[in-house]
Amino acid sequence: MIPIPRSWPASLTLILFLFMYFPIAVLGIYSFNTSRYSSMWEGFSLIWYQQLLSDQRIHAALGTSLGVAAIAVAISAVLGTLMAVGLAKYRFPGKGLYRGISYLPLIVPDIAIAVATLVFLSSIGRLYFGIQLSLWTIIAAHIVFCLAYIAVVVSSRLAGIDPHLEEAALDLGATPLQAFTKVLLPELLPGVLAGCLLAFVLSMDDLLISSFTAGNGASTLPMEIYSRVRTGMKPDINALSVVLILTSGILAFVAEYWCNSFGSSD
Amino acid sequence: MDAVYRMQDFQDSVKCDRPPRLPQDRPVLRYRARMPWLQPLLLLAPAGLWLVLLLVFPTLLLLELSLIPDFRLGQVPGAYGVGNYLTLLDPLYLKVVGRSLFYACGTTLLCLLLGFPVSYWIALLAPRRWRSLLLLGFVLPLWTSSLLRAYAWITILRPSGVLNSFLGWLHLPGQTWLNSTPAIFIGMTYSFLPYMVLILYATLEKLDRRLLEAAADLGAKPSQTFWQVTVPQTLPGIVAAGLLVFISALGDFVVPDLLGGSSSMTVPRLVYQQFLGATRNWGLGSSLSLLLIGAVGVGIWLLLRFGDRQSDAL
Repeated sequence: MIPIPRSWPASLTLILFLFMYFPIAVLGIYSFNTSRYSSMWEGFSLIWYQQLLSDQRIHAALGTSLGVAAIAVAISAVLGTLMAVGLAKYRFPGKGLYRGISYLPLIVPDIAIAVATLVFLSSIGRLYFGIQLSLWTIIAAHIVFCLAYIAVVVSSRLAGIDPHLEEAALDLGATPLQAFTKVLLPELLPGVLAGCLLAFVLSMDDLLISSFTAGNGASTLPMEIYSRVRTGMKPDINALSVVLILTSGILAFVAEYWCNSFGSSD
Repeated sequence: MDAVYRMQDFQDSVKCDRPPRLPQDRPVLRYRARMPWLQPLLLLAPAGLWLVLLLVFPTLLLLELSLIPDFRLGQVPGAYGVGNYLTLLDPLYLKVVGRSLFYACGTTLLCLLLGFPVSYWIALLAPRRWRSLLLLGFVLPLWTSSLLRAYAWITILRPSGVLNSFLGWLHLPGQTWLNSTPAIFIGMTYSFLPYMVLILYATLEKLDRRLLEAAADLGAKPSQTFWQVTVPQTLPGIVAAGLLVFISALGDFVVPDLLGGSSSMTVPRLVYQQFLGATRNWGLGSSLSLLLIGAVGVGIWLLLRFGDRQSDAL
């Protein structure tokens, strides 16, 4: 006996499925439309993709975003993994507080984190440390949320690992460093990679934190897209969307598939 | 393996004429025993320092700034006071706060009403081998840029956009969709529905179906089974998913900014304006940010309390 009639949830699922993919399909179709303003179809063309290929500002912004994400994720991978391992292994006074703080970047709205970071960098940071807003302040701010997400993903992987494995390695004469790099780390690696992928996507997607910590010089891809979208319709943004959505979609599909296959092998 | 290890040590000691080494004599372990704080410190200090320096400390600074009325960048800070918080009680700002809450609550409700039947169908009724693929289908858009997803809705909702062209094709009058409340609800529901489906799916998947069968065997009507068995069983998941959507919607900047137009000012947009826009009242902006953090904090606190009560009841 099924409490909800069989038909309507199924049709609702189908409708919402279309709802989720309709906007993406629209972007895809219009990226090939000749017309600049009309929503009417005026013929197939690749002109927006050509424009995208020759757009220096988009290239620069994409380069900035990739660089920021790569450096932030690389540093966060180390810090976040160490944090997750430390939290899983040790009890110490103030652990609850430490854990609570490590969850903050996942909970506190981006705008509040962005504003707080700006206030800090432009007051204490500038006066006492001589920090100017630049690419490096974006990276520093991105590490905050990247490491938190990586730590969460690694923690959930750690929960499924036998803690006695590392102790066994130590008993058998491994140094703590060897036990970590040769026993624990290989087991953790899928979690670390999944966390890195998530953090990379979030870093590439971030608009607010980058906007507040960028200063006048560098601008990341979301900042560039935002400033263009605010000033009206830009068909070359359609083309860019298609490229980006396809890239991240393929990445996501690989990641989800990969996580599932790792999950089933356990 | 332990025996092999000792055996080898023993043979070594025979060779070099000294007593056998016990594991605790190994320098590494001695070192660990003498300085038990060293390893946790190495593991936890780097990330902890980073978070304290770039998150906790800045938030405290924000708190201080919110207590300096009308502080603007480059000014000498005035005396402390709660002037900024009193300004928030101005009907103008209360309206912004109220609107933010309205959008967040409405989005949560919409996501729940749409997401529950869908999750239910995917988790319990859909063919088993399709389930993970269906779920993946709902989650995949989360991986794409939120900015571009909002932009896609501009393409659809703008005056000469897809929706009005479609209405025109049906010989219906076009509507103003963009810069309106429905546009925000559409955009936010679109952004946050995947979270709802993901969490509700995880909860519904664990639902004990024998309970549903038992209820039916004992003569419960389908609606009774639903409200008295299914909903109570999945309530923790519903609350968690609702809170996640609520928090995300409350703090969302992109959707209200791109789809809402100038008439739908929300708290995050106002904060943005106070810091990067024309007004630049950092004091007021700080108090607004703290209001946002406070609202999120209250939500989490309620969840923890509610969650505890749930586990007590079980």
